[in-house]
Amino acid sequence: MATTVEEHSTSLRKDDLIEMYWTMLLARRLDERAWVLHRQGRIAFHISGIGHEAAQVGAAFALRRGVDWVVPYYRDLAMILSLGLTPREFALSIMGKKGDPSSGGRQMPSHWSLRRANVVSHSAPVATQTTHAVGIALGIKMTGDDAVAITSIGEGSTAQGEWYEGVNWAAIHHLPVIFLVENNMYAISVRQEQQMAVRHVADKAAGLGLPGVSVDGMDILKVHEAVSEAASRARAGEGPTLVEAKVYRLTPHSSDDDDRSYRSREEVAEWRARDPLDRFAAQLLDQRHLAPEAVAEMDARARQEVDEAIQFAESALYPEVSEGAYPVYAEDIPHA
Amino acid sequence: MPEITLIEGLRQAMDEELARDERVFIVGEDVGPRGGVFRATQGLFEKYGAGRVIDSPLAELSIVGVGIGAALYGMRPICEIQFADFIYPALNQIINEAAKICYRSAGEWTVPMVIRAPYGGGIGGGLYHSQSVETLFCHVPGLKVVIPSTPYDAKGLLKSAVRDPNPVLVFEPKKGYRLIKGEVPEGEGELVPLGQARITRQGSDLSVIAYGMMHYYCLQAAEAVARDGIEVEVVDLRTLKPLDKQAILSSIKKTGKVLIVHEDNLTGGFGAEIAAILADEAFTDLDAPIRRLAGPDVPAVPYSHPLQSWFMPDAEKIAAAMRDLAAY
Ligand SMILES: Cc1ncc(C[n+]2csc(CCOP(=O)(O)OP(=O)(O)O)c2C)c(N)n1
Ligand SMILES: [Mg+2]
Repeated sequence: MATTVEEHSTSLRKDDLIEMYWTMLLARRLDERAWVLHRQGRIAFHISGIGHEAAQVGAAFALRRGVDWVVPYYRDLAMILSLGLTPREFALSIMGKKGDPSSGGRQMPSHWSLRRANVVSHSAPVATQTTHAVGIALGIKMTGDDAVAITSIGEGSTAQGEWYEGVNWAAIHHLPVIFLVENNMYAISVRQEQQMAVRHVADKAAGLGLPGVSVDGMDILKVHEAVSEAASRARAGEGPTLVEAKVYRLTPHSSDDDDRSYRSREEVAEWRARDPLDRFAAQLLDQRHLAPEAVAEMDARARQEVDEAIQFAESALYPEVSEGAYPVYAEDIPHA
Repeated sequence: MPEITLIEGLRQAMDEELARDERVFIVGEDVGPRGGVFRATQGLFEKYGAGRVIDSPLAELSIVGVGIGAALYGMRPICEIQFADFIYPALNQIINEAAKICYRSAGEWTVPMVIRAPYGGGIGGGLYHSQSVETLFCHVPGLKVVIPSTPYDAKGLLKSAVRDPNPVLVFEPKKGYRLIKGEVPEGEGELVPLGQARITRQGSDLSVIAYGMMHYYCLQAAEAVARDGIEVEVVDLRTLKPLDKQAILSSIKKTGKVLIVHEDNLTGGFGAEIAAILADEAFTDLDAPIRRLAGPDVPAVPYSHPLQSWFMPDAEKIAAAMRDLAAY
């Protein structure tokens, strides 16, 4: 049965819903363009969030953006756009240009950081971010600030000891943190059954002493509702929650992957029919929040913004070679 | 001036920093009511409470990872690793995260944190309670590495480490915790800046470069060879990273001979780095080959007393190496 807008997330107004759709759409068009740029040899790497947008935007809109703290992972383009990253900034980052806000061209694309939005820098080794979110939540608790921390991760990466150590700690100390797992059934080529013996990642929560919920991550409103509840619990001092959003990665793992060796075209096609972007558009049309012309107009606008952002980044400068030398230590920052 | 032990210097530093800055907190295994297995944090739980002196789960990676997160949020964690030997589970967080966050975010984020760990042999600790791990971290840009060898420096360096805006590892010579005593002024302690070595004994015949427990033995050995008329200059590095190159170079300029001593094993040890710097930058000042006295290249310190003694450089072995070099 289709989810209706009214059934869920009563805190969302029509404007919010349209902004959420816009963010998903913009993420999708940017992501698609990055694939093209990679195939044209104009960028060295891309890692895609196509298929994960509903989970990411649903989660982000459940936060107090700019107040809450976000420790993301590499698939989270749509989430970071929700928090204020601009298409131009994304374009700078994929090209390794000066002004890339995540790293000034030091990190591979999609290794996010956006200080102005409380998006914390993360690395490539998976699951290292989990304990950081817990430490941030510890800081929030110690200072009595009114914020929550959220950290995202793939299901395969929850096999890491680092993940268990972090979740265990947060549960012990009832810290205000949300562990969002974007479960797309694969860790590159390895299926979930080879990563864990439980059916849902959320089942792991029971053994660690925190609530775990599993939701359809292709349904933006379900994710919004689950993360909103988790955030309320965290703000009320009730501690952490594990939220598992079941999604599907509609592209290969990264620009270096070929997924034909490990999953059938039929499987991918089946999931493509459940594309979260189309699904949300259908919901909004159905509820008459958007007219078909408005959807078409938004799409044209998104494509135009992407064109403009790419042009901007192509004409932007690379970092000076001398910038490679810093900032190794905090003392170097004025020179950076 | 009262005489205190090295571990008391560390305890005073933490006490004063906890009192000075409410963002400072301590986290580690048994640091709370137990006061740490060596009692470095004794009394601090009672004074500052469970919110600021936190008994962590028994999982070193999370001690460091949670510390990093708290530092990113603006706190000033002092993470205790119970023994340096148990720091390895946390290497991913120290090397891939703490050390790289400033650089990888182009300075948007910094990690002001301290990681303390007792290190070194000579206490019957066997392979897994005796290791020297400092060189691993000296290889990593983005980290600072501090090793005090006196109560005064232990206090002043740890206080500076807590105030430093970078991740700082403080390795504490556990054999010297109660053995090494020294005068430390009462009241709010002075800061000892990171990155400055100290000449702890003047001499003209040869220079000895050491740190931690080995520095203590080098002073004893220098006294012994002085009776034979050999005047040794002793350099206590105090901070290995960033290294005070100037202090080393000017001492070698004066003496022309150098012996480097550490209890970490020889190959790829910190002495190799110093030797390379001297070969490059002090070649014309040298009147003799650069000598290193270090632990042997076995996996770690054995337990049985005679085997442990065989492993550990001590005042006698150092004195012999000094005499040998002086005679060159
Ligand atoms: C510690 C570590 N090991 C291996 C890799 C290489 N790697 C990158 S992503 C990935 C799969 C992650 O799968 P999952 O956690 O399910 O997230 P997804 O990519 O599916 O969103 C692997 C093996 C890595 N980045 N870090
Ligand atoms: Mg996955």
